Amino acid sequence: MSIILKTEKLRVEFTSGELRQTTKVALGSLDLEVNVGEVFGFLGPNGAGKTTAINVLLGFVPPTRGAAYLFGIDVRQPIARQRIGYLPEMTYYYKFLTAEELLRFYARIFGLPRAEADKRIDQLLKLVELEQARKRSIKSYSKGMQQRVGLAQALINNPDLLILDEPTSGLDPLGRMKVREIIQRLKNEGKTVFFSSHELGEVETVCDRVAIINQGELKATGRVSDLVAQHQANLEKAFLDIIGYQTQSAS
Amino acid sequence: MNTIWALAGVVIKEMYRRKDFYVLFVLTALITIAAGMVNFFDDPKIVRYVKDICMLLIWISALLIAIVTTARQIPAERESRTIFPLLAKPVTRGQFILGKFFGCWLATGIALLVFYVFFAIITGSREQYWPWLTYLQAIWLQWAMLAVVIALSLCGSIISAAPSSTTTICFIAVAGILLFGGHLNMVALHQSQPLQTIFYTIYFLIPHLEWFDIRDRVIYDWGLVNWLDCVLATLYAAAYTGLFLLLTWLGFRRKSLNT
Ligand SMILES: Nc1ncnc2c1ncn2[C@@H]1O[C@H](COP(=O)(O)OP(=O)(O)O)[C@@H](O)[C@H]1O
Ligand SMILES: [Mg+2]
Repeated sequence: MSIILKTEKLRVEFTSGELRQTTKVALGSLDLEVNVGEVFGFLGPNGAGKTTAINVLLGFVPPTRGAAYLFGIDVRQPIARQRIGYLPEMTYYYKFLTAEELLRFYARIFGLPRAEADKRIDQLLKLVELEQARKRSIKSYSKGMQQRVGLAQALINNPDLLILDEPTSGLDPLGRMKVREIIQRLKNEGKTVFFSSHELGEVETVCDRVAIINQGELKATGRVSDLVAQHQANLEKAFLDIIGYQTQSAS
Repeated sequence: MNTIWALAGVVIKEMYRRKDFYVLFVLTALITIAAGMVNFFDDPKIVRYVKDICMLLIWISALLIAIVTTARQIPAERESRTIFPLLAKPVTRGQFILGKFFGCWLATGIALLVFYVFFAIITGSREQYWPWLTYLQAIWLQWAMLAVVIALSLCGSIISAAPSSTTTICFIAVAGILLFGGHLNMVALHQSQPLQTIFYTIYFLIPHLEWFDIRDRVIYDWGLVNWLDCVLATLYAAAYTGLFLLLTWLGFRRKSLNT
């Protein structure tokens, strides 16, 4: 199986404050490998370092040490991002544009010819169920609709690898289910999906493998079924176990 | 190139879908028309006076549009987080800056054109006289000057994250140059050392935006500027614009973009 996303001893430190005296280690030494065609869940509680790792993969934050690769290319080279789609955490898209205009703008950035872009935009708006609202400006959209516009923009270039940062956070159960359905459909099309989450319920149903991190350290990685078997509990229990949280009932 | 135009297109759409421009235009138009109404005594000087007011308002409005639009671009991209999906696409940070620059410059150019058409109609209807070439020179030189202002504001918006402080500082700097920039060498002459050297250094470093101000030629109808001078002024503006854009890029190139 070939590896599509890889990090090697990835370390990220943030320095803050006057005179740079305080150093915060957001990621200790992260080793990850994601195979082609997998749906990979990147789990951890808030503040674990998930967004930081994703920010390194996208070139927004330089690694303090270690390296990260997409398609075998170091992420410091912009070309590594040619075949990916990315959905950031909580983004408020240009509110003076309509969904259609927004997607056309992104299509132009990828240099899609007009006819192809039109076709692609129609497909995507159908996929994320925003056909009715395509000519309305984004400022009138609900949170769930915004998130679905985000998914559509991540797919505009028909990417082979999708990196989604908490795609379901802040959505209601129906919105979450729709996002899960879309992920499932992308997997069936043979795409690789790497997504971060702290919602365990959804992970169990869609992920092939997961990695669990806490405070910048990788705690466990493997198939969901294996983790559950190892800990002789459901995923939520296993997760709490792995991140070192002692449950009350374990007396 | 396509990427830069796509980025610029978004900035232009934003300008004509926001209200700032319309407010400034309506204000300028109302004040000009009101000034024109004062023409009870049929004083021939009144037309000149209306032209003067209208031109001044056009200059202030264009500066405001240019600086306010530019200063908020990059902070707004970071605030709404749209910079993340954007830079995750095959867009380099250099293209991002150029796209924002051309977007702001073209948007300001469109606004400027609307203002000048209004000016030409108002004064032409009074005087039955349309010195097109003078207008063309005036608008071109003003637009070239605004390129420097926009590049400067973009540079400022990299340094300071708050659009309001960028706007204020840039507006004061630009207004200062326009009002006093040309006299600094005279001021320097009457100073003792080390002030004299400081004033001279500033005089030689600042972009002399006041050279681009040919309002008096339009108002008093003094005829055309030498075309060669226009070309030189354009090159001068291009050099400063390039310098400020380079500084912006250097500051932004390695910037860590989380949160
Ligand atoms: N710019 C920053 N400066 C200092 N600390 C930061 C910065 N960005 C993130 N952190 C810290 O790094 C840790 C990981 O954050 P993040 O990757 O956003 O977590 P997650 O996405 O898993 O919730 C947190 O403790 C956070 O406070
Ligand atoms: Mg996060």
